[in-house]
Amino acid sequence: MKPQKPWQQRLPWHVWPLIIAVALLLTPVISVLSSFLQGLAPSWQHLADTVLWQYSINSIYLVLGVGFGVLLLGVTSAWFVARFEFFGRRYFEWLLLLPLAMPAYIIAYTYTGILDFSGPVQSLIRQIFAVGYGEYYFPEIRSLGGAIIMMSLVLYPYVYLLARTSFKNQPQSLSDAGKTLGLSPWQNFYRIALPVARPAIIAGTALALMETLADYGTVQYFGVSVFSTGIFRTWFGLDDALAARQLASVLLLMVFAFLLLEKFARSKASYSLAGSLKACERLPLKGLGNVFASCFCSLLLLFGFLLPFAQLVYWALFESLQGFDKEYWQLLSNSLKLASITSLLTVLLALLLCYGQRLWPSKLLNGAVFTAGLGYAVPGTIIAVGVMAPFSWLDHSIHNVLESYSNISTGLLFSGTLFIVVFAYMVRFLAVALGNIQSGLLNIHNHLDDASKSLGFSPWQSIKKVHLPLLRPSLISAALLVFVDTLKELPATLVLRPFNFNTLAVKSFELANDEQLANAAPSVITIVLIGLIPVILLNTFMQRNQH
Amino acid sequence: MLRYFISILLLCASCVSLASEVNVYSARKEQLIKPLLDKFTEQTGIKVNLITGKADALLSRLQSEGDLSPADVLITTDAGRLHRAKEAGVLQSIQSDILTQSIPAHYQDTDQQWFGLSLRARPIFYNKDAIEPQQLGRYEDLADAKFKGQICIRSSSNIYNQSLIASMIAADGEKATLEFAKAFVKNFARPPKGGDRDQIKAAANGICNIAVANTYYFGGMTQSKNASEKAATEQVAIFWPNQEGRGTHVNISGAGVVKTAKHKEQAIKLLEFLVSKDSQAWYANANFEYPVVDGVDANDTLQSWGHFKADTLNLSRLGELNRQAVKIMDQAGWR
Repeated sequence: MKPQKPWQQRLPWHVWPLIIAVALLLTPVISVLSSFLQGLAPSWQHLADTVLWQYSINSIYLVLGVGFGVLLLGVTSAWFVARFEFFGRRYFEWLLLLPLAMPAYIIAYTYTGILDFSGPVQSLIRQIFAVGYGEYYFPEIRSLGGAIIMMSLVLYPYVYLLARTSFKNQPQSLSDAGKTLGLSPWQNFYRIALPVARPAIIAGTALALMETLADYGTVQYFGVSVFSTGIFRTWFGLDDALAARQLASVLLLMVFAFLLLEKFARSKASYSLAGSLKACERLPLKGLGNVFASCFCSLLLLFGFLLPFAQLVYWALFESLQGFDKEYWQLLSNSLKLASITSLLTVLLALLLCYGQRLWPSKLLNGAVFTAGLGYAVPGTIIAVGVMAPFSWLDHSIHNVLESYSNISTGLLFSGTLFIVVFAYMVRFLAVALGNIQSGLLNIHNHLDDASKSLGFSPWQSIKKVHLPLLRPSLISAALLVFVDTLKELPATLVLRPFNFNTLAVKSFELANDEQLANAAPSVITIVLIGLIPVILLNTFMQRNQH
Repeated sequence: MLRYFISILLLCASCVSLASEVNVYSARKEQLIKPLLDKFTEQTGIKVNLITGKADALLSRLQSEGDLSPADVLITTDAGRLHRAKEAGVLQSIQSDILTQSIPAHYQDTDQQWFGLSLRARPIFYNKDAIEPQQLGRYEDLADAKFKGQICIRSSSNIYNQSLIASMIAADGEKATLEFAKAFVKNFARPPKGGDRDQIKAAANGICNIAVANTYYFGGMTQSKNASEKAATEQVAIFWPNQEGRGTHVNISGAGVVKTAKHKEQAIKLLEFLVSKDSQAWYANANFEYPVVDGVDANDTLQSWGHFKADTLNLSRLGELNRQAVKIMDQAGWR
């Protein structure tokens, strides 16, 4: 192993900055996990006697339901779009990403508006059949089942995006081999393409499920008691912040166990791809297949985006008292600035971390990166509070030192500025960037590293010349997801922002939460429209890349 | 880089020393407080800097910021959180004749650490076709088996329900309130979901006949551009419960001055401004809340709902009993 030595020798000072960066990002997660060190909170007995069981059962149902939903919707649509040619495919390719820009609690509000007793659908039924309330069956949208459907509809793009990239990058030789062996297209899918794409699909599903567990708005509105609602009920209602953090850490441990299990299962089978890098060609679909693929994608688009968006536009146009005034430009620019900075920094950090892991594998770094990624499953408010403590300590220390030498007070240098907001976003969304980049890196075979090494490239050169070009699609989809997630992010922004600083998400939440849905519509529409920009950019880039 | 750093330092230093401003942490949403703050700036020339958020999260922020906190005023939308802030030691006692004299004693803290600024009443709404007002009486009566399957109310995670139950614990005791909650939950027409507006709409549409909700949501619905929401307000009427006894449950939105306030004088001025006749009228006109100060011309909509006797329980008790209230609701299976 002689040739590796020069790289390994540099390990200490190359890796330490990374480890420090991860350690910083870890503090909120650790502060949640360490809550058990303070002993069991006083409310546990009460929780165990009354509601804990219900929280757990509902959370499990929710996760299973949404997991099934995003897999079904995301993998199917990705498979169609990546491997087949059918009517409208070119447009579906990016249109199917649109639901991503829709905050889950907003889609919940819009569907309630449409499907509720006094909404247009049920009113029409009553008119046509001349029946009254209780004389006909209509499923209740505000239920556990409804929450599963709502979240599946807005979260499937995580799976779709990652699976699509993976399906697309699978070499033609692979499916050719399947064909030679006499596999039908269906067998080709589940015996070859699916196992190869599995890391990507799991990464996407894990992201969707972590977001599901962290969601508060939807479940709270639908009256479904799960862990996240329980955490806040315990904190706000029982005034037991410790028990709330301990509940959150139970949540984290469940995610931790799930991810470990997956990692363990995956390590048995490794799918680093060798051979020709010629990407798969699309198979033209004819007749029924064409109709089916086209209809499937259209329906997904209709229910995940068009219908709720139409409801929002209707509210904005006909029922909103809120116009697009000067304030909107400020909100718009704040949201854009935060989202761009955050997505840039997060992707950069995730890239460094992934390379750190690849070039200088060490258990410490692996464990730290893995744990840092858990931040995504923690409700934003809990992360926000966890972020406050270390930076407040830092601010106080700086203040004390400076004050003893001069009269200048720095005030809250970190915790009172946008710095802490961006930091909290990075804690929350690092997992998103990591998931994308890691699954992208898996597709780059280790032989390439060896090859570039043997060409005498330094690690940095091999990143620049070999990896980055191959990794670009994953980097861009990571940046896109973090950008859109930041646009939608609410709880951490709400608590941590500086004075007089608003974002579109804050604005829409404050109105929607005050039960003024129609007035919230203009800002939500703006979020969705800005979310469109990177989606379209990503798509034009991907298409140009193909030619 | 160094120059950049120094300029940031100077900027921060200058932020701190600006005298004619006041920094507010508010659990009232921006649209429900900003117009009033703008008026204050117009009248006094004191600039108001605002952060809105959830009360408990803001309180956590205050605690973690400690003596460096820039906050001068904390505004919340219920008495329980003000009480919690006082317990956490982040507020200070304020000597202001204007505040202590114009606000009734039970709507302010015994140590003058916080003051109520507007009132939110939580009465009963009933479907006019299905219920005669004579059938209704006290909150306690809603547990009567005759109302089985007729009641809509939102989740017990909501602070207004927690406060309502806390007020019942104060009046009836813990044991009786638990009995009440258990029977009350059995009368629910459906598992709790949605907000207060949803409960009123459900009562109007016959999903249930009785809803418990805050009046200001009802007021907002009367002004809605949504036809079905507006129609719902015609179909239901307000019933003021417990008029023979302690009175209808009310909560406040209120404020306190932060212990480490750098602009204490301006902060007190702001609170005094918020109880002025004009401001008090604004609460009613903009958000259908009741003024906390006597002698303010009531808004027409509020007057149309009739006069009522409000519970005079000292609102600190709501904060003290909040935890017990949540436990009781958990035990009763009220989601």
